[in-house]
Amino acid sequence: MASTHALASGMGGMRTAGDLVARMQMTRGLRLPQAKQYVADKLGCSVADLSDTVAMHDIRRDLGLGRIQVQDLAYADWPGAMEAKFHIADVLDIPINSVERFKARAGLE
Amino acid sequence: MAQRIPTRLGDGSLVEMTRAEVEADLHAGSEAAAKRAKVEPLTQDDLDHLLDIFTSSAKFSAVDYGDEVVLSFDGSGNSDVAAPVLEQVFYQNHHGADMIELWHHDYSYKAVRTVLSFQTQMLKDAQQQTVIPLNYGAMPDLGRYSQPDGPAPNWSELMPLGRIDEARAAQLEAVEHLEKDMWCVVEAMVAAGVDGIDFDTAGASGDADLLATLRTARRVRDTWPDIGVEIGQAAELVLGMHGQLEYEGTRLAGQWPLGQLRACTAAGATIFGPAVNVNTTKSLAWNTARSCALIKPVTAEATIPVHVNAGMGVGGVPMTPYPPVDATSRASRALVDICKIDGL
Repeated sequence: MASTHALASGMGGMRTAGDLVARMQMTRGLRLPQAKQYVADKLGCSVADLSDTVAMHDIRRDLGLGRIQVQDLAYADWPGAMEAKFHIADVLDIPINSVERFKARAGLE
Repeated sequence: MAQRIPTRLGDGSLVEMTRAEVEADLHAGSEAAAKRAKVEPLTQDDLDHLLDIFTSSAKFSAVDYGDEVVLSFDGSGNSDVAAPVLEQVFYQNHHGADMIELWHHDYSYKAVRTVLSFQTQMLKDAQQQTVIPLNYGAMPDLGRYSQPDGPAPNWSELMPLGRIDEARAAQLEAVEHLEKDMWCVVEAMVAAGVDGIDFDTAGASGDADLLATLRTARRVRDTWPDIGVEIGQAAELVLGMHGQLEYEGTRLAGQWPLGQLRACTAAGATIFGPAVNVNTTKSLAWNTARSCALIKPVTAEATIPVHVNAGMGVGGVPMTPYPPVDATSRASRALVDICKIDGL
């Protein structure tokens, strides 16, 4: 059922910018069109690009927003989960709780 | 003889209907919502579009380019690999989730509180391994605070005896316990690094259950303005188990999705999740039209994102452990196309 929804109507999660739009919904309470526009403006791309895996693969690489390892491609020298979230917080200009806690616990503040 | 089109009933069973039968069910589902909830029935354009979706012989149906919505996936994972953190990674990497949710299989804030340190450690571990936003979710589940499982007198036993005042007092006693447990879990999860809190199936025990949720949501929002607050409803109608409870001047009992949205918005929720129950003996067309008619006024008025519950037995998705792809994709698309929802 999860996969059915993802294919029928989902933005695509981390393969696209679905997770970034979700962050603007959950932290700022933005409706979908406003959340998509906000993210597109911050990424410097079109709203259509946000649901396009090909466009977002490059955009996520350029901005260090994290990508999913696939069979033939690993990204060990690129940002991992927590590192990507540092970049996401910067790019979207929002605090991310796990990043803030990480900084505090690692003595980075 | 009219061509018969494969479709489903609300229990998931495969049936064949003519185009005229599907069309009649779409009208009937919309009218059923209008009659019960005093909402506008779907427009002719809406019904025509739904008819196209439900009379297509394609096995799968999907939204147009550009109309994709956010999938928040309450209760990510199936507990099938016995590794809750890994299941969050699966949902992120393999199921296209835009948000994920860590949860305990005894899905109740009261139960979670007894294993809270382990759950918070798990959440911290999950945050180290995932990029997409991570909620922690559980049910408010007020009924757990009634005897014999909980401390408060059992209001479901008191009410049939006509002891209404005692039943109401018992619910208010339970509300205090519930709010305490939810707050305890929320505080620990925020300290562990959660992105948001999901109060899932709010109102399952009626208006007192929802009241405790709304009060806690308000407190979360006021304390941590950047933490997400998602309130998913238990059902399309708030049961008046107490009957007199209000939130900011509005009686909670008897609220349909639009009234629920207003209460959740007032409480500071950042995502509202309406639930419309499925009638297992009616067709998918009837159920989806009814869901759309109940949710359309919600998205028309909403100032916060609306993520419709569309799992087994709600939102037009059949009540079966393995909802068929043909049925789920049609319900998914219909909710997006007709209601302009923000997510599922």
